[in-house]
Amino acid sequence: MAAHLKKRVYEEFTKVVQQQEEITAKKLRLTKPSKSAALHIDLCKATSPADALQYLLQFARKPVEAESVEGVVRILLEHYYKENDASVRLKIASLLGLLSKTSGFSPDCIMDDAINILQNEKSHQVLAQLLDTLLAIGTKLPENQAIQMRLVDVACKHLTDTSHGVRNKCLQLLGNLGSLEKSGTKDTEGLATRDVQKIIGDYFSDQDPRVRTAAIKAMLQLHERGLKLQQTIYNQACKLLSDDYEQVRSAAVQLIWVVSQLYPESIVPIPSSNEEIRLVDDAFGKICHMVSDGSWVVRVQAAKLLGSMEQVSSHFLEQTLDKKLMSDLRRKRTAHERAKELYSSGEFSSGRKWGDDAPKEEIDTGAVNLIESGACGAFVHGLEDEMYEVRIAAVEALCMLAQSSPSFAEKCLDFLVDMFNDEIEEVRLQSIHTMRKISNNITLREDQLDTVLAVLEDSSRDIREALHELLCCTNVSTKEGIHLALVELLKNLTKYPTDRDSIWKCLKFLGSRHPTLVLPLVPELLSTHPFFDTAEPDMDDPAYIAVLVLIFNAAKTCPTMPALFSDHTFRHYAYLRDSLSHLVPALRLPGRKLVSSAVSPNIMPHEDPSQQFLQQSLERVYSLQHLDPQGTQELLEFTIRDLQRLGELQSELAGVADFSATYLQCQLLLIKALQEKLWNVAAPLYLKQSDLASAAAKQIMEETYKMEFMYSGVENKQVVIIHHMRLQAKALQLIVTARTTRGVDPLFGMCEKFLQEVDFFQRCFIADLPHLQDSFVDKLLDLMPRLMTSKPAEVVKILQTMLRQSTFLHLPLPEQIHKASATIIEPAGESDNPLRFTSGLVVALDVDATLEHVQDPQSTVKIQVLYPDGQAQMIHPKPADFRNPGPGRHRLITQVYLSHTAWTEPCQVEVRLLLAYNSNARIPKSPWIEGGEVSPQVETSIEGTIPFSKPVKVYIMPKPARR
Amino acid sequence: MPEIRVTPLGAGQDVGRSCILVSIAGKNVMLDCGMHMGFNDDRRFPDFSYITQNGRLTDFLDCVIISHFHLDHCGALPYFSEMVGYDGPIYMTPPTQAICPILLEDYRKIAVDKKGEANFFTSQMIKDCMKKVVAVHLHQTVQVDDELEIKAYYAGHVLGAAMFQIKVGSESVVYTGDYNMTPDRHLGAAWIDRCRPNLLITESTYATTIRDSKRCRERDFLKKVHETVERGGKVLIPVFALGRAQELCILLETFWERMNLKAPIYFSTGLTEKANHYYKLFITWTNQKIRKTFVQRNMFEFKHIKAFDRAFADNPGPMVVFATPGMLHAGQSLQIFRKWAGNEKNMVIMPGYCVQGTVGHKILSGQRKLEMEGRQVLEVKMQVEYMSFSAHADAKGIMQLIGQAEPEHVLLVHGEAKKMEFLKQKIEQEFRVNCYMPANGETVTLPTSPSIPVGISLGLLKREMAQGLLPDAKKPRLLQGTLIMKDSNFRLVSSEQALKELGLAEHQLRFTCRVHLHDARKEQETVMRVYSHLKSILKDHCVQHLPDGSVTVESILIQAAAHSEDPGTKVLLVSWTYQDEELGSYLTSLLKKGLPQAPS
Repeated sequence: MAAHLKKRVYEEFTKVVQQQEEITAKKLRLTKPSKSAALHIDLCKATSPADALQYLLQFARKPVEAESVEGVVRILLEHYYKENDASVRLKIASLLGLLSKTSGFSPDCIMDDAINILQNEKSHQVLAQLLDTLLAIGTKLPENQAIQMRLVDVACKHLTDTSHGVRNKCLQLLGNLGSLEKSGTKDTEGLATRDVQKIIGDYFSDQDPRVRTAAIKAMLQLHERGLKLQQTIYNQACKLLSDDYEQVRSAAVQLIWVVSQLYPESIVPIPSSNEEIRLVDDAFGKICHMVSDGSWVVRVQAAKLLGSMEQVSSHFLEQTLDKKLMSDLRRKRTAHERAKELYSSGEFSSGRKWGDDAPKEEIDTGAVNLIESGACGAFVHGLEDEMYEVRIAAVEALCMLAQSSPSFAEKCLDFLVDMFNDEIEEVRLQSIHTMRKISNNITLREDQLDTVLAVLEDSSRDIREALHELLCCTNVSTKEGIHLALVELLKNLTKYPTDRDSIWKCLKFLGSRHPTLVLPLVPELLSTHPFFDTAEPDMDDPAYIAVLVLIFNAAKTCPTMPALFSDHTFRHYAYLRDSLSHLVPALRLPGRKLVSSAVSPNIMPHEDPSQQFLQQSLERVYSLQHLDPQGTQELLEFTIRDLQRLGELQSELAGVADFSATYLQCQLLLIKALQEKLWNVAAPLYLKQSDLASAAAKQIMEETYKMEFMYSGVENKQVVIIHHMRLQAKALQLIVTARTTRGVDPLFGMCEKFLQEVDFFQRCFIADLPHLQDSFVDKLLDLMPRLMTSKPAEVVKILQTMLRQSTFLHLPLPEQIHKASATIIEPAGESDNPLRFTSGLVVALDVDATLEHVQDPQSTVKIQVLYPDGQAQMIHPKPADFRNPGPGRHRLITQVYLSHTAWTEPCQVEVRLLLAYNSNARIPKSPWIEGGEVSPQVETSIEGTIPFSKPVKVYIMPKPARR
Repeated sequence: MPEIRVTPLGAGQDVGRSCILVSIAGKNVMLDCGMHMGFNDDRRFPDFSYITQNGRLTDFLDCVIISHFHLDHCGALPYFSEMVGYDGPIYMTPPTQAICPILLEDYRKIAVDKKGEANFFTSQMIKDCMKKVVAVHLHQTVQVDDELEIKAYYAGHVLGAAMFQIKVGSESVVYTGDYNMTPDRHLGAAWIDRCRPNLLITESTYATTIRDSKRCRERDFLKKVHETVERGGKVLIPVFALGRAQELCILLETFWERMNLKAPIYFSTGLTEKANHYYKLFITWTNQKIRKTFVQRNMFEFKHIKAFDRAFADNPGPMVVFATPGMLHAGQSLQIFRKWAGNEKNMVIMPGYCVQGTVGHKILSGQRKLEMEGRQVLEVKMQVEYMSFSAHADAKGIMQLIGQAEPEHVLLVHGEAKKMEFLKQKIEQEFRVNCYMPANGETVTLPTSPSIPVGISLGLLKREMAQGLLPDAKKPRLLQGTLIMKDSNFRLVSSEQALKELGLAEHQLRFTCRVHLHDARKEQETVMRVYSHLKSILKDHCVQHLPDGSVTVESILIQAAAHSEDPGTKVLLVSWTYQDEELGSYLTSLLKKGLPQAPS
């Protein structure tokens, strides 16, 4: 045995080596013993099936390299033949499947064996597993027609098996590998082509529901692989819709949908009548019927699929919203119809009388069809469903259908509006979004608007904001509607002042969309009087600003409107045009030459001057290389100030301005540090002053991290410069330390580290080095060989001179750059009521914040809580807590758990948001890193956090626990 | 002939006093035991003497099932069990079991204390009656005895309402009680699996109505309340303590929460508080939303709804008050109504139907001046609104349920005759099943054909499976075996096993048949012709020509001999065993037709 074993092992080794020589010149890895050998030994050791199973399980935990897969497979197969226990065989079979999925391994060599063992297998479970393995092999070799045909053949043979599991797998195999093309048969002589669809179709009537499901799934799989399904299966699938089992029905619905998309225009007869309809209409009717199925899984499925059936005829589509009401056999109008009628008759909101909804005409009893085979009322049912999953699916489907059909959009409006009052917030939100998506197709009636606006009082911010966005793009039909909307929005504003910006934005669009409707409202809104002057409203009142935003935006396209303004309105216009330029458009004000001349020329090319200004100031700084230190410093200070101001004023340029200002700030700090007196004096004397220099070094480091990670849109060009700046800061740090510490020992380490970093910099940015001529690093690299050999003291000296001589690098500005920022909306802070809780227990604090221009916030944004005792706690919010309301914007809504030991007084804790960074992420991967054993860990993985929101104070009070 | 007999004692072509007797496979079951609200004499309870004149009911009934706690479904229960006398099991769901005695007690109080009736059941009787109750959980199958089993399905309608499936062997009846196919704010929709009962007994309150979407109703209701409250007015909502009241509470509570409203909502105390407690407990019986969120907060623990005190009615400022009873005929709701009626800012919302003669009915029909007791005239200036919240399935819902359950027959109860007529016609037309609508005391008899299960031995089954090709569901297959009837069960076994079990020796039974064939040729040739003929026809059988001059088809032997008298006629001897009877008789008939004319 031992001899045999040894031989075996050697065989394995030789095989491995040979293969490698053939393929590539990769390194030989003979350090580890062969997998297969180890496995073989293990399996031989196993005395009982349970043992063997354990070994196999252990083996399965580790990956196997592609080159040793075949050996392992041979070993496994050998054991398979010997094994009597079905469970071990099962595990081996599953391992075979796993192994054949290994990338780089071609499993055709094991196929014969797999088919062989399949023939002698008795256990149904193992059979099923083996078929699964074959499926894995088959999918691995999609090109090989012969193998596919053979596998299909095997599957067909086992289709008659008594076990449902085996039949399931066979059907799966057929679905994944079976093909219709006859062309493939030529090279596989002897094997007759089989009509896979026919074979699968026969199993639609299998006795086992699981097999029926598998058959339908296999058919769908065929479709997914691009085979065209025959129309004949439509009738078969329709029969399955009344199956007893939900999974069969669910799959059948899918199949019907697929067929209806394939043959939308073919004609099918309606049973029990002579009429014929298009197949897509018939399928639509059938799927609609499934919306009132007994199982909610099927209902969700059906409702979802309805949305994508756009070819359906419009009268079928409109039926889905129609539910013929009756009461005591008399026709009754729906509330929607009544509302519409009331509206068109001019009398609004009645419904005070009992019997207002009294049924009118008699219905012919014969004509009433209580269960329509057609699409009648499918959406009415779907939207009223018990499960919110179904309701959401129905709303989504409505949305998709309405987008493709304007007339349907108009009709479904009533129903969507009704969904605004759903009990589940998700559904409400979804229906508001849906409405927004179809809003260009619709105009809201006044009563509908009324219902929509009622939702403005919702306590959920998400809902309100969604609604504001909806109102932004809604068409309103009357001036009363506009007035109503304004009134409700103002009400909303007083109730939830935090919505201010969103409401202003909403009114901006409302105004610019409906100038003619706003015009007659202007005198009322501005409360002007033909004869009397009225009091001037308070300019800081958000409600007044809201009204003005509406009016000014309407006035943009309505030249007659400014005539109605009073004097102070013009003044307010000028003010708002400056302070809220994104909300107030430029107006042509004919009578007011003074204002218009001051404003209008500035408006059109407004972007350019500031851009120019920015460029100019930066140019100025960069060009001044050899000014006296004093002058340089002053210029830098001025420029920094200018840029910061510019950033505040001009939000579009804020990113660039801040970014450049930070860079200049770094440079300024560096220059200042180098101007320090300490350099001129003997080291030991100036211990204290050195604080400033080391602080500067530290600050530069911080700023560079901010530059690197807080801005989105930073390109490689900038990263080099930033890293360069950081390198300079490190050099400064090194020099300062050298000057202030006695003894050489600590310096050794620091020097080495620094040189490593230089080396790392060189390797990372080798491509960019040509751009860095004459810079610090350029010079440093020139002297590198010398530095490597010199003593620390010398290194420091060289560095010092180089730092002083190095030039100021030009920072190229990126195209698009935005600074990440965050605002904590909640907790608002400044609350006088402390949050009381028992010490030792936790209290949940709701945190609500908006994040702008944060990339991948799920992994980078953290929440920090600072307790008064200096204890800091870092919280990682769940990925699900982030929402993405728009591009570049994120919203964090989460709960933070606070806890502390008992305090005697209530005290404030600080909550703020941090941006975590990991320098590994940004550095471009160069090839050597992949194979690198000596990656300098020091630099690559610096992790840290940058605070990027204003801290908010929360008043809390942990009470001592009552005993 | 086995049959199912159904006799409504109440609720036959009528609403109220639900009580239906069902006999199925020798078992007698009583479904519901309710009282009639329209009567105050003997007619208010079902006529139990129909079941038996003398002797205890226990001997005649196997069990009683109560579908839900409304009095028209359980009001007569203490009378039935304690005064008439019944000791068998009474089945109901746990919420019904909990709430039912409260309502019965309330009913008793009104009848005895207020109206002063004698000979009514006592509190003790209610307690004794409830001791006989057995709780059934949703989808739980309860064995009443060895053969009779019942199973409960969710019915919506009110908390704890259930539909029951009654099953004996393979025969079954489903009784729906009252149910609702559209979910509301606190309950889900009724659901049943495809149980294919022999008979479905369904309510048909709204047989001729198809209702509008509930969302419009809810929205209207909320809008009206909200507007009034914003104006500073007071809203009075007269309700009955259980059922709709909770739905409206949830509706208002969530609305208040959503809209951040501050105006107080009050609920008149007493009965309701106890009932609310049970709503909190039986959270699994409510709808998806409440079930999913109760971990954070139980929806029935109202934040905005507080208990009402008489003094609150005079408080200034807006408020909403739920007060009992629902028709404004007495009690707290009427008191509050009198206080608030004079102010046009206020509003009263009637959420349900009002009986004629009540104040509710009067104001709904537009009367603005009401005469109160003591010749006072009350001028109603407040707004009056009507809002229908009802939890019965409409015609579409009933059809939907029938579609779900796929019964063989349908029987309508709990509805008006005229409306039933329409629904009956529709059901028969669209499902092609028989539909019945018996009046009270009328018996419907349905013949059934119960299937009789026969056990088959595995060996036999496997042998048959191995023989045939695919089992095809559409084609019946012939299977040979021996049916053994022993100890009232049936078994199908192979004949060998049957012989062994019964200790009998096997006898060979062989049929032989002579077929005369006109053929002038020699015997050998005739045999060859027969052989080739059979070979050409019986392609999937094994036809052999043996050297001794005979032909075998499977195990059937065919020999030819010359006729002793007429040499032109050959006699074919066909012989087969009993097992091959089918093939043998086929062969003879084939041979009798003669051989095809051979090309000479």
